[in-house]
Amino acid sequence: MYKLLREAEGEGLERLHSDLLIWMYTKMLEIRRFEEKIEEEYRKGLIPGLVHLSIGQEAVAVGVCANLRDDDYVIGTHRGHGIAIAKGVPLDKLAAEILGKETGCCKGRGGSMRVAYVDKGLLYSCPIVGTGLPLAVGAGLSIKLRKTNQVAVCFFGDGASNTGDFHEALNLASIWRLPVIFICENNMYAISVHVKKSTSVENISDRARGYNIPGFTVDGNDVIAVYKIVREAVQRARNGEGPTLIECKTYRIVGHGTTDPGIAYRTIEEIEEWKRKCPIDRLRRYLIANGILSEEDLNRIGSEVEARVREAIKFAEESPYPSPDQVAEYVY
Amino acid sequence: MYIRGCTMREITYVEALNEALREEMRRDERVIVMGEDVQLGYSGRGGLFLVTADLMREFGPERVRDTPISEEGFVGAAIGAAITGLKPVVEIMYADFLLCCMNQIVNVAAKLRYSTGGQLKVPIVIRTMIGQGRGVGSDHSQVPIAWFMNVPGLKVVAPSTPYDAKGLLKSAIRDESPIIFFESFLLYRTKGFVPTEEYIVPLGEADVKRKGTDLTIVAISTMVPCALSAAKKLKEEFNIDAEVIDPRTLVPLDKKTIINSVMKTNRLIIVESGVKTCGVGAEIASIVAEETFDYLDAPIKRVAAPHIPAPASPALEQLTIPSENDIIRAVREILQG
Repeated sequence: MYKLLREAEGEGLERLHSDLLIWMYTKMLEIRRFEEKIEEEYRKGLIPGLVHLSIGQEAVAVGVCANLRDDDYVIGTHRGHGIAIAKGVPLDKLAAEILGKETGCCKGRGGSMRVAYVDKGLLYSCPIVGTGLPLAVGAGLSIKLRKTNQVAVCFFGDGASNTGDFHEALNLASIWRLPVIFICENNMYAISVHVKKSTSVENISDRARGYNIPGFTVDGNDVIAVYKIVREAVQRARNGEGPTLIECKTYRIVGHGTTDPGIAYRTIEEIEEWKRKCPIDRLRRYLIANGILSEEDLNRIGSEVEARVREAIKFAEESPYPSPDQVAEYVY
Repeated sequence: MYIRGCTMREITYVEALNEALREEMRRDERVIVMGEDVQLGYSGRGGLFLVTADLMREFGPERVRDTPISEEGFVGAAIGAAITGLKPVVEIMYADFLLCCMNQIVNVAAKLRYSTGGQLKVPIVIRTMIGQGRGVGSDHSQVPIAWFMNVPGLKVVAPSTPYDAKGLLKSAIRDESPIIFFESFLLYRTKGFVPTEEYIVPLGEADVKRKGTDLTIVAISTMVPCALSAAKKLKEEFNIDAEVIDPRTLVPLDKKTIINSVMKTNRLIIVESGVKTCGVGAEIASIVAEETFDYLDAPIKRVAAPHIPAPASPALEQLTIPSENDIIRAVREILQG
């Protein structure tokens, strides 16, 4: 059994293909700009219910999904916009879903916390903490029995690692040797409760040992490091070598949800420190330092992303709400 | 029982369920069976009550899977498998253990299709057994049928005869919605006739188990044989002619058959072995009161378990399960009224 802490391993060793690096940068920026806009929409009163932003955590969703094919399965979380964008959900369908519109990927029935887009393998985003893990195990079982070489990936937070579902799912995936990759986005807080207060281990990946599967902890704000460690796990899964638990240490710069300022249980200093570790700025510096993109290129990507996000939000705002006569569709 | 053109055989309720599983697994390779002790059990053949007997021998351990004691985990996994191309039939040993996976059943299975705007279907059957009647006590004897009727997105089935058990399980496996399928320990060894030929019983159709004119008895699951024997006695001893209806499927409920019967007999009794409060009977009584009140000549009566956890002692447990005499008493009360 092995465990690595791969701090900033992105620099050096193997150089990833420029197209992949640019894709990862663009996707992370898309998530950031999209969520900033979503927050504005929420403040305007255009979004029903609860909205949980992943600002600061973009490298996890992107570094993981950069390894996946369209037919690989993903189960997301209540903090799932970034995961959805990284897995290929079109921005307009996602925005419309969050606004509760008929043109949303779930026709407005799911909302921000339950994004699904089966065409791109995003099966569901499970807003009951921990509950998604067994679903991913089942997707893995289905893959194994149907003998395809897909993989199933489950995202969840540090809080979920204390649920029974986490432990039951890891045990099942291990005994049945299923192609499942468990991605723990450890942003250190389950709403306001610090992981040290709630969790028996220093690194959540330590729990892999109890289930006899490989476990790793990685710097979740280093998209290249996330990409590489997940790539190995995906290879193992496709080769029939079973599941992996990967803990990505990261931080949500914003509050738990749009109603939480996020400062009652954290210091301003801590938040500022993590802002300096912004995964998007880090990759931007890497791209410039390695001569992959110029400032000018990056600014062009920035404007293109902003235009796409603007279009998506406009589409969502202008889309119709579901028709009242269809409220009882899709129950059975 | 005779169905024209069919050869009939007498088999037990357990054998009927076992045949349904075997036939559907042969018919559709996506069907898999999962649960505790389904491969071997005490007998080495499969299942503590032999419902999954010999399935592993025929279909192998990939399709007939023993699970850890991990209901939330393996029901969640079955749901995950159902939305990605398999048709899992999950066994939950006692209906009480449904509570160990209530989150996956209610928050996930029942909601996935709706919350994804119809993108997903969840073709999963969760078979379980009501353990009542064998002294296994408070947390092994509950009858939680009504709890699941309260959840949009779930279908709820509770057959009372071998014929219905086989035909409904086959329909349930072919259905594309999540289904909670209630079996009953007290029915497992009962015998009945089933055709040699293949047949199914559609979901959502009640069955008139006995025709009658004086009153309607709607009986659920374990209480159907009891209601039928009560009806026989009522006829013999009091010349009261009761119609006995088994809804067989509680969701979707065949209201029409019940309402038509009440419009004919003008009296209704509902018999269930679960707790009366907010039970199946409460729902059926409300429907009849709402939709056919003018036809009622007497108050609707519910015969059900008292508001007491199931005791282990046989001297006490029998007091918590409605008897033939309880039904007869209730019938005479409303006919005298």
